[in-house]
Amino acid sequence: MKLKGEYGAGSAASKTKMELGELKKVANDIRIDIIKSVHAAGSGHPGGSLSAAEIMTALYFDVMNIDPQDPMMKGRDKFILSKGHANPALYAAMAERGYFDRNELLTLRKLGSRLQGHPNMHRLPGIEVSTGSLGQGLSVAVGMALANRLDDDPGRIYTLHGDGEIQEGMFWEAAMAAIHYKLDNITAIIDWNGLQIDGKNDDVMKVAPIADKLSGFGWNTFECDGNDIEDLIIAMNQAKNIKDRPTAIIAKTVKGKGVSYMENVAGWHGKAPDDELYEQAMKELGGEL
Amino acid sequence: MAEKKATREAYGKVLKELAAENKDLIVMDADLSGSTKSGEFAKVCPERFFNMGIAEQDLYGAAAGLALSGKTVCASTFSMFASGRAYEIIRNTIGYTGANVKVCATHAGITVGEDGASHQTFEDISLMRNIPGMVVVNPSDAVSAEILLKKVIAMKGPAYVRLGRAAVPVTYAEDADLEIGKGNLLRNGDDITVIATGIMVNEAIMAADELAKENIDVRIIDIHTIKPIDEEIIIKAAEETGAVVTAEEHSVIGGLGSAVAEVIVKNCPVKMAMVGQNDVFGESGKPDELKKKYHMTADDIVAAVKKLKK
Repeated sequence: MKLKGEYGAGSAASKTKMELGELKKVANDIRIDIIKSVHAAGSGHPGGSLSAAEIMTALYFDVMNIDPQDPMMKGRDKFILSKGHANPALYAAMAERGYFDRNELLTLRKLGSRLQGHPNMHRLPGIEVSTGSLGQGLSVAVGMALANRLDDDPGRIYTLHGDGEIQEGMFWEAAMAAIHYKLDNITAIIDWNGLQIDGKNDDVMKVAPIADKLSGFGWNTFECDGNDIEDLIIAMNQAKNIKDRPTAIIAKTVKGKGVSYMENVAGWHGKAPDDELYEQAMKELGGEL
Repeated sequence: MAEKKATREAYGKVLKELAAENKDLIVMDADLSGSTKSGEFAKVCPERFFNMGIAEQDLYGAAAGLALSGKTVCASTFSMFASGRAYEIIRNTIGYTGANVKVCATHAGITVGEDGASHQTFEDISLMRNIPGMVVVNPSDAVSAEILLKKVIAMKGPAYVRLGRAAVPVTYAEDADLEIGKGNLLRNGDDITVIATGIMVNEAIMAADELAKENIDVRIIDIHTIKPIDEEIIIKAAEETGAVVTAEEHSVIGGLGSAVAEVIVKNCPVKMAMVGQNDVFGESGKPDELKKKYHMTADDIVAAVKKLKK
């Protein structure tokens, strides 16, 4: 179901921990961090990281029960970046939230860095599972959700997937399992930016209608503007009240959002901006060089 | 006549025994719990058993999720689907993460029998031993399977345990001293060494008995742990006997033979011969017929020994 106008502002689900304006600033800071780190690395995945800036803000600054000083906190919520290549967004969110110093973002992808090209759980505390090979995160979430239920652990499992990623069959195996095992402690977010490496989803391998597919499996689904923090928080909060089945939030986003020359361009999936384009991006985002 | 029991039966027995005392033990399967015997655990402890249906990649992904949440997980299916269909999930989400998942894969090798070529795995040891940190165990009988499985479950980290469909003769005593990573000297000998794993250990014993009639004194070593491999016992055998024949119910490419050759060629190069599946697909048949047709019997070991000694 579409969020705007259905659950909207003013409902209990729309209460946020920070002012909306502050949250929007965090999302913008995350965008600056993404461009800075990818530029410093000379490689990386800006497009699909930028599209997820609000999603990461909503999770790390409002919805998730986490403690940056205690990444292994018992009862915590867990986030799995199933689209592991978007880790510039994850690392940025973690740095802004206090898991590590912002300056470390400049070590992205460098030899010896804790910030590996795809997340490594043993190098960086706060990463719940190493990812990178697409399609696997929801299965891991199923396992973690089953464990939480066995242990009476209130922690919720959040996953973030790409829209190209759900072309992987394993994702649908896990979607089936989550329904079979009634895993209402899972919220899967699909970053629906419409693009993948070789072009639009519709041209490469059609995935839409995504919500229909997942609700066909039995999932509760929300569709919302994935670059609207308030909508995202409302959906994530509402998901906590759904019993006996998992929730998928199909977040319609703009790939490369915030950087004009990257917006909706498939080519910026996995490429770093050169010095000139970096400066332009910083200007647009209001970041310091 | 020696008692015969399938190593997969030992798996079911161990799981059932450990169910009550090991509260963190989780067992999972992909619709084959009757065949793999993981169902023995499900009977006594249904709340910690999860069937993931015919979805092996999801099986091992979810197994990783449970393991990363503090559980000890035994996840089973046939070796073709574990080492094949789910290979990359095991490599990236269990191997690379170091998750405490024991891939207990049954129906390995040619003795899966009538199901035929699509189900006869000859590549699993090769695939699994190439994963950094993966412990790879191929027990030769039900008794050693029981002992080694308990040790694999007690240790932390990923492991691949290869189990068979067919009943095989019991060779070990219940109190046998077996350690992961330690080869077993079953019989000493000076003329030549046969290093075997899995069902070929029993074939090696029969071959050695045959060769003894011709005064060829064969040393027999059971390498149940292909990774980490016991280099010491292999090097000693090469140095003291001068020639080595390996025998496995697995391809001659990349399995026990290759693992032994890697040790020998670097430390004490001696001539070797490898008995195993010779880079061909299998077919339907009775296990004993297939062993004969595809040259994985005591007779084949005898022939290999004689050829090497010429």
